[in-house]
Amino acid sequence: MANDAIKAWSKKLRQIYGIYTGVFVLFVIALWIGETLGLPQKYIGYAFLFGTIGVYAAIGFLSRTSAVAEYYVAGRKVPAVFNGMATASDWMSAASFIGMAGALYLQGYDGLAFIMGWTGGYVLLAVLVAPYLRKFGQFTIPDFLEERYGGKLPRIIGILSALIVSFAYLVAQVTGVGIITSRFVGIPFEAGVFLGLAGILVCSFLGGMRAVTWTQVAQYIILIVAYMIPVVAISYKHTGVPIPQIMYGQALQVIESKQKDLINDVKEIEIRQEWKKKANELNEKIKGLPQSWHTGKIELQEKLKNISANDPEKAKIEKTLKDYPKTPEEAKEKWTAAMKEAQAMSKPPKSYTSPPTDTKGIINFLALTLCLMVGTAGLPHVLMRFYTTPTVREARSSAAWALFFIFLLYFTAPAYAAFARSEVLTNIVGQAFTALPAWVSKWAAVGLISIKDMNGDGIIQFSEIIIKADAVVLATPEIAGLPYVVAGLIAAGGLAAALSTADGLLITMSNAISHDLYYKIINPNISPSTRVKLGKALLLVVAGIGAYVASFKLAIIVELVAWAFSLAAATFFPAVVFGIWDKRMNKAGAVSGMIVGLIVTGYYIIGSRFYGVDWFGIKTIAAGIFGLPANIIVALIVSRLTPAPDKNLQEFVDNIRYPKGAIKGGVEE
Amino acid sequence: MITKQTIEAYWRENKIVMYLIMLIWFVVSYVAAIFASSLNNIIIFGFPLGYYMGAQGSIAIFVILNYLYSMKMNELDKKYGLEED
Repeated sequence: MANDAIKAWSKKLRQIYGIYTGVFVLFVIALWIGETLGLPQKYIGYAFLFGTIGVYAAIGFLSRTSAVAEYYVAGRKVPAVFNGMATASDWMSAASFIGMAGALYLQGYDGLAFIMGWTGGYVLLAVLVAPYLRKFGQFTIPDFLEERYGGKLPRIIGILSALIVSFAYLVAQVTGVGIITSRFVGIPFEAGVFLGLAGILVCSFLGGMRAVTWTQVAQYIILIVAYMIPVVAISYKHTGVPIPQIMYGQALQVIESKQKDLINDVKEIEIRQEWKKKANELNEKIKGLPQSWHTGKIELQEKLKNISANDPEKAKIEKTLKDYPKTPEEAKEKWTAAMKEAQAMSKPPKSYTSPPTDTKGIINFLALTLCLMVGTAGLPHVLMRFYTTPTVREARSSAAWALFFIFLLYFTAPAYAAFARSEVLTNIVGQAFTALPAWVSKWAAVGLISIKDMNGDGIIQFSEIIIKADAVVLATPEIAGLPYVVAGLIAAGGLAAALSTADGLLITMSNAISHDLYYKIINPNISPSTRVKLGKALLLVVAGIGAYVASFKLAIIVELVAWAFSLAAATFFPAVVFGIWDKRMNKAGAVSGMIVGLIVTGYYIIGSRFYGVDWFGIKTIAAGIFGLPANIIVALIVSRLTPAPDKNLQEFVDNIRYPKGAIKGGVEE
Repeated sequence: MITKQTIEAYWRENKIVMYLIMLIWFVVSYVAAIFASSLNNIIIFGFPLGYYMGAQGSIAIFVILNYLYSMKMNELDKKYGLEED
């Protein structure tokens, strides 16, 4: 595509998305007017849910295609700014949109590993990988591995890693979609999952990468608008200035001084003792397993038998018995989690802005940051977005735009967290239980906030409040006193974030099977139209499996996603970067590096999570810190001990290093 | 006509740009995190500097780095006549 053509095309796209944004704003305003005129909240929820999914479906339909280049790489004509937006929403999942600010609220400085980790990776991507992948100009990451290293083995390892890394991530997104839709329109979780699934498929099924790209741009616009409005309002409420990103410094000061007072507060100490007692009791129960599980169950059953039918306590006991762990194993899992929570609550609040004080804490922080950064730059669904730009130049600029669009949200997340925490410390702590704000009761009802008068003094103490991470972003509209329409907007934004990421992952996996495995290895003779048809069929299959697994609501899913980063960091990243920057790297080196990286990381993940393996106190979530260097060292040593790659492969490296045309043997062809 | 010398010189300059950017990237994230405790003694507009670097400072610099990289590489392409058509 020539430069002028790109410019004209960009202009047209700007007009289309400009109109789209205007219509969306009008839509929100119309609903707001409706709300003031008495439109019930339920209908506002429906309007947001079906309105936005309807728009995505329309874009998906208009982008339908059966041409190979369109289906796999959106015809390689996505201008930098738009590829940046698509990459940003491809990248930012429900975890970024809803969970990130909550993690900062709960963890203070420690949570910053996610902020730096999930942005710093884009510097690695822009400088080390993106422009060269674009010059290579095929369709997938396994394509690159095979071309660069030769033979099917690198491709097969690439396919396996792509599937492992992407699947856990997909299930987490589908779960997120299920939670948002079910909470929002009041349908069961399983129904929410399948409704969400429909939402995902309408974006990708008819038009592959092309449809996914253009819906992702639309989804980015919705999610960023939704993210900004509540936090701007709360900044205005607290400080009088509607620029939260700058004004939350004041909130930080409030947090630090209030928390300092809490450390020696008599009542707080009293509650912390209660938590300690609770933790010890749980510890005893865990030690006494499986016997303690039996006795606990029998005790509850006895109690239920002896209670009179109209005692108000009866329903409570029935519920406790219903929620009682079904097996001793489940009891161990549940009680350990409860004990850890009680232990954490029994400690005085630590400084919100101070980094960890012990060496182990600092090392874990740095290790996690590195795993997240390198993992980000190694995730196949992000990497393959850089095949879709028209030129190498646009690929570079698109990496910069992508980071800018991600930055807009991440730069704002710390403000969300700080304002929410300062709100809790000033307007909740010290109040009477009878005067709880409406938003606390509302989110307590769905279990995101738990608040209990532990010492029976009728006053709320800080240690009596447990807030789940998701509550921070979800409750901010109500904290700021905004109309319900903004809560609806937040849900639409969360949905857009989850759907866009799910689509990117879905198409990565479908391509790994249809293109990399079937077309490139099993049957190279199939026609282009069959390839696209096969890809579409696989979208349905993979999405179906993803939704089926998500419907079990496994607790381990969140952890699996964190592990995906370590695995991507320890497998893909070194192989791709060496492939570009180290001409001497050969097949033996890259393959053995990837295998060792996968084994070491997998071993540490499983070992430290389930069997008490502990190397230097590194937590499971940062497992890649061992696999990444293992991969690099093994790859370097093995490649130097085996023959250099042949002339063709060396020329291949030359060719991808320089933006212009085909270069062979050091000269232009 | 592009010669071997041209592309070798281009690659050398590219590598310098890469190393420089990686150095800044490392300093604003990892080095700043290691010294976060001391940096927190400096407070600007209510923000302790150590916390600020992790929350906003480093990521703002990342954005600038990517922008500068893209500019600089476009310049290099032009200088060595390696721009795309």
